[in-house]
Amino acid sequence: MRWIWIDRFVEFESGKRAVALKNVTLAEDHLHDHFPGWPVMPNSLITEGLAQTGGLLIGESFDFEKKVVLARIPKAAYHFAVRPGDQLHYTTEVEYVHEDGSMVRATSRVGDRVQAEMEIVYGHIGAGTSAPELSEQKSFVFTMKLLGIFDVGRGANGARAIEPPGLIRFQEKVA
Amino acid sequence: MASESEVFEKVRTALTDALGVDDDEVVPTATLVGDLGAESIDFLDIVFRLEKAFNVKIPRGELFPDDILTNAQYVKEGKLTAEGMSELKKRMPFADLSRFEQNPLVKDFGNQLTVQDMCRYVASKLS
Repeated sequence: MRWIWIDRFVEFESGKRAVALKNVTLAEDHLHDHFPGWPVMPNSLITEGLAQTGGLLIGESFDFEKKVVLARIPKAAYHFAVRPGDQLHYTTEVEYVHEDGSMVRATSRVGDRVQAEMEIVYGHIGAGTSAPELSEQKSFVFTMKLLGIFDVGRGANGARAIEPPGLIRFQEKVA
Repeated sequence: MASESEVFEKVRTALTDALGVDDDEVVPTATLVGDLGAESIDFLDIVFRLEKAFNVKIPRGELFPDDILTNAQYVKEGKLTAEGMSELKKRMPFADLSRFEQNPLVKDFGNQLTVQDMCRYVASKLS
């Protein structure tokens, strides 16, 4: 099973901000159990999607040479239930990035309504620490690349966007 | 310059935001690790919030000089040596280390730092 909770990025401004989309559909099995007769996208998975959006934004600024792991969510608020047919916009903005950790401010929206908001703190596991873990990270990034998740349509300024520079450098190193 | 109570209020906000603890838990005598449940990753977050709240730069190792505690020169059988202790005091003039000094087990060091120590540290950065 692929643990990917975003469909693709629509904005990617290296080291600053990323926006990803998540379409919620009744074709997703879990919605039929959560809850029977009243399908609602679990807030835990919305949190995971926000954490992936922010984690890839942070990872890219290190050319994916560090494993970026979710460490803590100091605060979070959820405002309404997300239903099939909703399109979630996950916006993450970098608050700070240090060598060994970082934080993003994350917001989930449906249309112009703010559905969830939170702060997400990541810990960074450096290059050369654990080979299996880092290769797992690389294969995750590759999977994301193959699925076209980074094929950003337009950048924040409206210009046709290119691949995030960290992803390009990452590919050159691996190739 | 910020008054003592202004410093305390901002430190309190940084700690409640980073650790998700209640206002009334953050008292001057509370230890960050033991009483407020801070873990190593939280110190990064706390330092960032302090930098932002007070508009200061906090270099790594200044608030928590962990390099001393991992230096074989200063540690014997899990305890900080007298030399290590005097080095630690030099680096942490803002902290009350008297309790730690009685039995300076390195593994207990993490639980020394109190809210009051942190306020004194910030005040020293501002003066």
